[in-house]
Amino acid sequence: MKKIKCYNYKIDKNDFVNAGKVSSEIKKNLKKIGFTNRIIRRIAVISYEGEMNIIIHSEGGEIDFEIYEDKIILKINDKGPGIDDVNLAMTEGYSTAPSEIRELGFGAGMGLPNINNCSDNFNITSSKNGTKIESTICLE
Amino acid sequence: MNIKNMIEKLELDEVTNLSNDIEFENVYIGDLLSVVMSNAKENSIWITIQTHLNIVAVADLIDIAGIIIVEDMEVDKDTIEKANELEIPILTTDKSAYEIACGIYKLEN
Ligand SMILES: Nc1ncnc2c1ncn2[C@@H]1O[C@H](COP(=O)(O)OP(=O)(O)OP(=O)(O)O)[C@@H](O)[C@H]1O
Ligand SMILES: [Mg+2]
Repeated sequence: MKKIKCYNYKIDKNDFVNAGKVSSEIKKNLKKIGFTNRIIRRIAVISYEGEMNIIIHSEGGEIDFEIYEDKIILKINDKGPGIDDVNLAMTEGYSTAPSEIRELGFGAGMGLPNINNCSDNFNITSSKNGTKIESTICLE
Repeated sequence: MNIKNMIEKLELDEVTNLSNDIEFENVYIGDLLSVVMSNAKENSIWITIQTHLNIVAVADLIDIAGIIIVEDMEVDKDTIEKANELEIPILTTDKSAYEIACGIYKLEN
């Protein structure tokens, strides 16, 4: 299927000041193109949770956001340190967020499950070199 | 229900500088951002004790109509600036989430 548009956004670790900016950009672009609120909301959740996980848990990374005729793909990749036990990390309520991060409202352990729930197709792989998430939303 | 009307009736303090002439349809209470993200409906009033800048990002992404920060929490300056920029009203009160939720319920019924 033809790729209609793609965007790349870099995300720095610990950048709480700009947190949410990438997701907000993605949302703006989707609105401009005219996607339904339902689709926009799902993608906003996926990108925000992905963005925050890069900021909080990784050494930095990026989100590739690709629009096709029949689907949208988000690739959320970082530079490490990776997730030891991906199955455990995917469990609702599991979080290693430290207390100062929890005080800001993060650390419910719902980010990865939210990404999974909002995706039609979800794939995660992780090694010490980085975590890779690919999330697909079907448009039909 | 209208936010402006609610501010008057519940004696909320405005920390943003916006018209507040916005209709909301729902109310959601929560302090864990991921839980709010997945459950709060659009055009909701969001009641929370969180004050950090991130609440504005979350509210913007899921189309929250306005935020009420309860329990007399001090709101960060960055948070207020960002909320003004994105036109998301932030209101404060010394009351609890429960008292505010009951107050809104009474206004509606
Ligand atoms: N990109 C990542 N790199 C390294 N570890 C990660 C990454 N993303 C998630 N994790 C690990 O998986 C756990 C669960 O992630 P998840 O997003 O579900 O919850 P959380 O980020 O801890 O809290 P929440 O997202 O609800 O604020 C994290 O606490 C962290 O240990
Ligand atoms: Mg997370």
